[in-house]
Amino acid sequence: MMLLPCPWCGPRNVSEFRYAGEAGTRPEPGQATPEQWRRYLYFHTNPAGWVRESWYHGAGCRRYFPLERHTVSNETRATGESR
Amino acid sequence: MNVAGNSQDNGRRNGRPPSHNGKARSSRSRYSALRLLRHGLSQQDWPLAWRQPPMRSSYDVVIIGGGVHGLAAAYYLAANHGITNVAVLDKSYIGSGGSGRNTAILRSNYLTPEGIRFYDRSVKLYEHLAADLNFNVMFSQRGHLTLAHNDSSLRTMRWRAEVNKLQGVDSDVIDAGEVKKLVPYMDTSTTVRYPILGALYHPPGGIVRHDAVVWGYARGADALGVHIHQDTEVTGIDVSGDRVTGVRTNRGDISAPVVVNCTAGWSTLISDMAGVSMPVQTFPLQAAVTEPVRPFLDTVVVSGTLHVYVSQTDRGELVFGASVDPFASYSTRGSLEFIEGLAGHVLELMPPLSKMRLLRQWSGLCDMTPDYSPIMGPTPVEGFHVDVGWGTYGFKAGPVSGEAMAETIATGRTPEIISSFGLDRFTQGRLVGEKGAAAVGH
Ligand SMILES: Cc1cc2nc3c(=O)[nH]c(=O)nc-3n(C[C@H](O)[C@H](O)[C@H](O)COP(=O)(O)OP(=O)(O)OC[C@H]3O[C@@H](n4cnc5c(N)ncnc54)[C@H](O)[C@@H]3O)c2cc1C
Ligand SMILES: [Zn+2]
Repeated sequence: MMLLPCPWCGPRNVSEFRYAGEAGTRPEPGQATPEQWRRYLYFHTNPAGWVRESWYHGAGCRRYFPLERHTVSNETRATGESR
Repeated sequence: MNVAGNSQDNGRRNGRPPSHNGKARSSRSRYSALRLLRHGLSQQDWPLAWRQPPMRSSYDVVIIGGGVHGLAAAYYLAANHGITNVAVLDKSYIGSGGSGRNTAILRSNYLTPEGIRFYDRSVKLYEHLAADLNFNVMFSQRGHLTLAHNDSSLRTMRWRAEVNKLQGVDSDVIDAGEVKKLVPYMDTSTTVRYPILGALYHPPGGIVRHDAVVWGYARGADALGVHIHQDTEVTGIDVSGDRVTGVRTNRGDISAPVVVNCTAGWSTLISDMAGVSMPVQTFPLQAAVTEPVRPFLDTVVVSGTLHVYVSQTDRGELVFGASVDPFASYSTRGSLEFIEGLAGHVLELMPPLSKMRLLRQWSGLCDMTPDYSPIMGPTPVEGFHVDVGWGTYGFKAGPVSGEAMAETIATGRTPEIISSFGLDRFTQGRLVGEKGAAAVGH
């Protein structure tokens, strides 16, 4: 079983959560070119190591929160932030 | 670009010139029924199917990744274009990636005209592969069923069937009664949670022996002079200006004017080394197999709604698969959630299987793209090519990809059959959406 540290609910089984992908910086919609939007939508860093991502606790507090996870070992560490 | 064959090892072992008609020929180790008998009786060891040559300091083409894609590209470079000074490097053993872990389903009933045409060429190549490679790849065209449990999937299936037919691919929508005839063990009653409304039936689809395909291409490429280096990990890629010049490995540096990335689940790590970013994310995909039982299932059955598919191997085991794990990862550890969900779904389809025992489960890495289509051809770094984005569906594409990548490298032009799959389609907004045909049925 793999546990994720929800900042609101504490450690809970990963099956309660939905993966929302790597945390990225959304370009300013008014200014971004179509090409910049597509880069934001489609391109990820996909590292074999630590990555900062966004998760949704659907079966708990129903909030999005940031998380750091090691993509090879699946270890996680809380970021200390709640959003 | 000059990648003409190097004369010192032009496949001329045993005094025989290479044949360039797409067939591997090596008098050293041609397999036949007679040889099987003679070898069996004499109890001698079989000669190695491919050599372990010393690594050169330069090659005309370096292919990273010894899965079906890398090995097929090497084979067709040698067989179709006479380019034999080629090395295939793998950090582990060949077939250790997705190519040795997949559930070996071959089909061409995709959704887009670009996809259908491409995968159909691969099925055609697979039909002759055993003869071309002199290696039994056990391609069994037993038919492929994709079940529809609701109106929207029935609609997608009709759409697929019509586009398939326009491309000359044998594919049709059948009703639940016909499904029952093909698979008598299937629960086609109307009172279940997800009743079967019909199915997309694709008679030329089937399964192949995945290891045999990998070994057959390796042996065929080796016989034509290609070097296969296992336990050789690429740790860096040298780029000078905007041109690739070679690779670094744990066994030393190699210079090469052409480097091809065929590393599937690891492919962004390799492209990063050349400074090329790709819209690929690595997700694990799990599968499982039961103990063998007597043959009762002679089609491949896929249910997108139930996230499950099943086929029976020649040995009698049932092979099960599903969609990718719910989050990106490089870990190939199986999960209990997967196997519990899978078992439940299988039993909804075929209740009599409740007594069967699972033998094992495993996992492999899949290089997922946003549109469920591959990324093939040149990159902004000259000489650095990619053949990646194979997601959960790339084993069937090994032959056509190898053929097309070999042509791209040999001629410097991207053949039409892969021209829609370029890396630039993502920033230009020309996606080739295959999700409806590839998310669960691989
Ligand atoms: C469980 C499962 C079921 C599947 N079912 C199907 C199916 O039914 N039908 C279908 O068509 N497809 C299926 N697939 C997908 C298919 O397996 C892959 O798309 C296909 O095998 C990819 O082949 P490849 O040659 O590109 O990559 P791989 O076979 O993954 O080979 C990549 C190789 O690169 C090597 N490598 C990585 N990094 C380095 C490095 N730094 N240096 C040197 N070498 C390196 C690896 O060791 C590996 O051997 C399935 C996949 C899985 C996991
Ligand atoms: Zn929570």
